[in-house]
Amino acid sequence: MKTSIPLNALIGMIITATIVIMAVFAPLLAPYSMTEIVGDVWEPMSSEHWLGTDTLGRDLLSRLMYGARVTLGIAALATILSFSMGTMLGLSAAAFGGWIDQTLSRLVDLLMAIPTLILALVILSVLAPSVLTLVVVMGVLDSTRVFRLVRSVGVDIAVMDFVEAARLRGEGRLWVIFREILPNALSPLVAELGLRFIFMVLFLSALSFLGLGIQPPAADWGGMVKENKDGIAFGIPAALIPAGAIAVLAISINMIADWVLNLTSSLKGGKDV
Amino acid sequence: MSDETLLKIRDLEIAVEGTSPLLKIVKGVSFDLEKGKVMGLIGESGAGKSTIGMSAMGYGRGKLHTSAGQVILNGRDIAQAKRGVLNQLRGKEVCYVAQSAAASFNPAHKLIDQVIEATLEHGLMSAHEARTRAVELFTALGLPSPETIGDRYPHQVSGGQLQRVMTAMALCPKPDLIVFDEPTTALDVTTQIEVLAAIKHAIKITNVAALYITHDLAVVAQISDEIMVLRHGEMVEKGTTDQIINDPQQDYTKALLSVRSAQHEEKPATEKPVLDISNVTAGYGKIDILKSINMSLDPGHTLAIVGESGSGKSTLARVVTGLLPPRIGNVVFENTPLPPKQTQRSREQLREIQMIYQMADVAMNPRQTVGQIIGRPLTFYFGLRGAKRQARIEELLHAIELPVDFADRYPAELSGGQKQRVCIARALAAKPKVIICDEVTSALDPLVAEGILKLLADLQEREGVAYLFITHDLATVKAIADSIAVMHQGNLVRYGPKRQVLNPPFDAYTDKLLTSIPEMRIGWLDDVMAEHST
Repeated sequence: MKTSIPLNALIGMIITATIVIMAVFAPLLAPYSMTEIVGDVWEPMSSEHWLGTDTLGRDLLSRLMYGARVTLGIAALATILSFSMGTMLGLSAAAFGGWIDQTLSRLVDLLMAIPTLILALVILSVLAPSVLTLVVVMGVLDSTRVFRLVRSVGVDIAVMDFVEAARLRGEGRLWVIFREILPNALSPLVAELGLRFIFMVLFLSALSFLGLGIQPPAADWGGMVKENKDGIAFGIPAALIPAGAIAVLAISINMIADWVLNLTSSLKGGKDV
Repeated sequence: MSDETLLKIRDLEIAVEGTSPLLKIVKGVSFDLEKGKVMGLIGESGAGKSTIGMSAMGYGRGKLHTSAGQVILNGRDIAQAKRGVLNQLRGKEVCYVAQSAAASFNPAHKLIDQVIEATLEHGLMSAHEARTRAVELFTALGLPSPETIGDRYPHQVSGGQLQRVMTAMALCPKPDLIVFDEPTTALDVTTQIEVLAAIKHAIKITNVAALYITHDLAVVAQISDEIMVLRHGEMVEKGTTDQIINDPQQDYTKALLSVRSAQHEEKPATEKPVLDISNVTAGYGKIDILKSINMSLDPGHTLAIVGESGSGKSTLARVVTGLLPPRIGNVVFENTPLPPKQTQRSREQLREIQMIYQMADVAMNPRQTVGQIIGRPLTFYFGLRGAKRQARIEELLHAIELPVDFADRYPAELSGGQKQRVCIARALAAKPKVIICDEVTSALDPLVAEGILKLLADLQEREGVAYLFITHDLATVKAIADSIAVMHQGNLVRYGPKRQVLNPPFDAYTDKLLTSIPEMRIGWLDDVMAEHST
């Protein structure tokens, strides 16, 4: 088994770590506060404002750092929610089959039949905007994807003899799910975790860009693109900076996830390590 | 080198690439194979027999490569040959017959197209000639309607027929050498004998040379001129078939020869059976797999259930465990009828009937240690914890003849035989009165299987547990059973004490089953086939 980390994954890890550190220590690292107006509208990059200023004259770098907090934080919470729900329900469906599986699967089909973004827009425009609603809506909608994956992995495991042996012993449902099936389903799930997280970042950015995500003056990256998008017509690149940040984060996490997938997929006919 | 030598292997070493120190799979094996002769390669899994067979085609699986020695085929060394040379060679001079025919055919193409593919690829014959030859070979191999069977798809013929079609595929380009890699291992014993006879006949009339790889000495004795016994990648013994079978020199060869000779004294019948299967009819959907089955198991006895695949033996196990409720009839444990569904049975009822599976690898959770696997029934059924539980785990490990420190190992760190022993310990931990053994030795090497059977017999004597022993291998039955139930297509065709079942007069099916077991003597196959044809 090789222990060396491939270059791609290493680059991904360094970039992701940098972004996370920026987010966590934003109050210490950011040169200005998030909301303070410190200069002219859309100033170019300078030694005072490394990335220039935004549509209201706020420091773009500082907003990017605080924005990372919001983006990463909400995406992480939503991922946790979607994973816990998706895994629990997916494993139950896989372990018990029958009407439990049928009901859950058809419900998920129903949710998946409607484009996620549109469904989210409808729900969020009805409910009062808050971080909690946002996290719940994002988490629940995304858990359908996790459910599908976990169920398919779980069904493969549930027919193995050791699961049958546990059933014959008379073990309860919780034991079968959490002790017999879950530990064997973890590897493929870990890789999926990264991909779902990126999807959450993109989802949140899209919602904010459409004005239903984080409300001003607080900002996430998607919201920053929205605020500065008018500048593009005048050749001002302020909107491209948060957009680029989203892309860079997505790519770096993907590079890590690819590596994890390779490491863990030997069971599923993937690369042997 | 004489003109007659086709394949000459000298000091062959095959190793896994990139390991240090070099992990050698084959360690310095040498032999010659003359034209038209058959060499049997025999040994348990990991002996390197398939690896040597593959090397005759210049092929190494995965990261295997030839680290030293020569493989000389038709006068040239192919051990380090380039891909282009090998492509010319494979499917023209040397062909391969794999163990699993079902996995080796492309399900999307007709059989005939796959049979003649290599021949056409090498431009050896016109399509018409190749088809004619294929039909000749189908006839020689005893396939039904040889003219048209080639128009079928792989799923439209049986496993035994598919294996014969694959042999025809290998013979079609008129190669000098065929490598047979366990061609009959996956087949039922009654099918195996037909395929074996067909292969033997085809080798004879085409005068092709062959490397015949198997773990079954009785099978290889029927077909080969010479036998080489391998173990851990080294040669143990080599000689003519007569020398190896009748006058083996090495202890290991002698052990392999004595494998099927184990005997078991039948125990006298008792008054009350521990398990009574009464008038059971069961199946899936509308189809009945089991039809009015009656049998009973005495305490401390072994009832062997014998039959080919599809005879319903495993379905019977599912009925007994409650995974498949019967349509009619019931299962009675110590005079109390068991609820038909497993979920309706009490914990105590579940404890009394335990199960051991065929594939020990998948019968254990790979994320649990041996200690956790054996310990769970102790906690679950008896509430044992802490030191008491630890002490009982050690006791059980001792009973299955494994060291105590195995408790901290994971299943992946055990050998096949050790895994099966742990499964036995898990069943035993529940202190059951009945253990269902579902083909528990089928996936194991003969010597390892013998060890497992001996352990089961010892444990039965000590613990007084009864076995419902499901198997397709009659040699195993002789070694362990007190009574025997022969099943065929869901019916019980013969049932009674061992002596009665294994002695004449026989019904037709039992006779066929009994005569199909390979015997460890030269000429057995010819005798049986002669008998069948009269």
